[in-house]
Amino acid sequence: MPGKVLNGSVAQRLATILCILSLVGLAALIGLERQPRQYRTDPPVAAALNQLRLMPAGIGGAPPEIYFALDKPYETSAYDLSQGKRLYSWFGCPSCHGDGRGGAGPSLLDGWWLYGPSLVAIASSIRDGRPRGMPAFRSRMTTDQIWQLAGYVKTIGAYSASLTAPSRNDDKHTRPAENRAPAAILFNEDRPVLPRSEQGPPS
Amino acid sequence: MKRTSTLLLLASLASGCSGAQSALNAEGHAAIELKALIVGVIFVCAAVWLLVMIALVLALARRRDRDSGAISERKAAVAVSGAVGATVLVIAGLTIASFYTTRALSEATTPELTIDVTAQQWWWQFTYVGSDSAGGFVTANEIHVPVGKAVRLRLKSSDVIHSFWVPSLAGKQDLIPGRENTLTLRAERPGIYRGQCAEFCGLQHSHMALFVIAEAQADYERWAERQRGLGAEPREAEAVAGKAVFMAKQCAACHTIRGTRALGTTGPDLSHVGSRRTIAAGLLENTRGSLAAWIADPQTLKPGNNMPLVPLSSDELRQLAAYMEGLE
Repeated sequence: MPGKVLNGSVAQRLATILCILSLVGLAALIGLERQPRQYRTDPPVAAALNQLRLMPAGIGGAPPEIYFALDKPYETSAYDLSQGKRLYSWFGCPSCHGDGRGGAGPSLLDGWWLYGPSLVAIASSIRDGRPRGMPAFRSRMTTDQIWQLAGYVKTIGAYSASLTAPSRNDDKHTRPAENRAPAAILFNEDRPVLPRSEQGPPS
Repeated sequence: MKRTSTLLLLASLASGCSGAQSALNAEGHAAIELKALIVGVIFVCAAVWLLVMIALVLALARRRDRDSGAISERKAAVAVSGAVGATVLVIAGLTIASFYTTRALSEATTPELTIDVTAQQWWWQFTYVGSDSAGGFVTANEIHVPVGKAVRLRLKSSDVIHSFWVPSLAGKQDLIPGRENTLTLRAERPGIYRGQCAEFCGLQHSHMALFVIAEAQADYERWAERQRGLGAEPREAEAVAGKAVFMAKQCAACHTIRGTRALGTTGPDLSHVGSRRTIAAGLLENTRGSLAAWIADPQTLKPGNNMPLVPLSSDELRQLAAYMEGLE
């Protein structure tokens, strides 16, 4: 084929050049269409995001209106998920939750959520802590960071695959990747399902 | 706006061959060796080019020989073998020069001190490794070294590939996650040498500068002694309040100030942040105003960096800036 191009007719050469140009143009268009990143959350937006409303037992709740107005930023933006992944190690989550399979703290990827799978419940767990040893990160992380981390934690325990993925691990993979429905994969490994503790705070 | 950028461009072009950050402004052992090599190579290549041009002009200007084919055949053979011989000589000479330079760069000297360099997006963490006689300490974006002494840098990265480059002192060396490279610096003259990351490492790669300050042994000892100490205890009321803000807010979760409850390791160590020339890896001069600006809105000054925008009242911001400035 390359040989043909070299000694082909003028029309053939033109076609080749056009082909290359259109490919370059397509690449440029795809590049322009990439997801815009939001590095700076406006302080009023952050303050509004901090209004979490939980159910009485602390299981589940509703995110503030602004979360939908912003089109669920912390679940659909790969950048925020990646930052969440970094925060997961920076703020020492592995010391209790390990790579997500749990340890001193509960597992985050068996699809079993003590306080429900909603993002609000997870963000609230991080922000205000939970009984039985989950510390409150209210005074250590900003609202923005808490939401980023909650978004990431939610992907670790996802039951359905997602198109939005955080950055890949640089070290050895010890569990299914975040965007491949890790909870479902682990659940289907045919392990005996352990008796689970009750949901919610200890009575 | 446009005029300013043109002026800036001109200024940056003009400062390309002199001033703080240039490989031609060689002040370190390795940089001097490299400069000698490149200057030598350029001169040799220029001479070769000149000789070739002269030969070409002579060949064009000469009248065509009318002697028989055999003689011109012999002449051509002489010319070609002469050119081949000269080429072999020149290339061999350059190769040998390069070999000797490389050998001089990796000269086996026992380093006077060892510094662990950990590059991160987008700043440099420097850990002075302690010895039997003196303890180690951690600082960021600025190192002091004694003049004329070999300093070994152990280069690591905690996220992506970076590259450590202080052109006036040495060549580039990459910092690669998961492995350790070494680089030996030896500043021959006192001075402040700017360096920067030389491997594209993400959004703020261009704002990842560092400073190497070479000074006399006594000055260096004084500086190191102060760095080993704990963060200064604030005296003014404003700075005292600033310390309380620092401990109560999110700051302490990522930054360390030795001698306090702040033990975070995600961000730069701030025990002596007031003594550094710049903040945010060479982005801003270190003044109380720029500290306040940086704390108030890091994402506007350096979008994408990992310091979050912490909501503070204006009083808290002023108090924090006062405290930071006092951490000499």
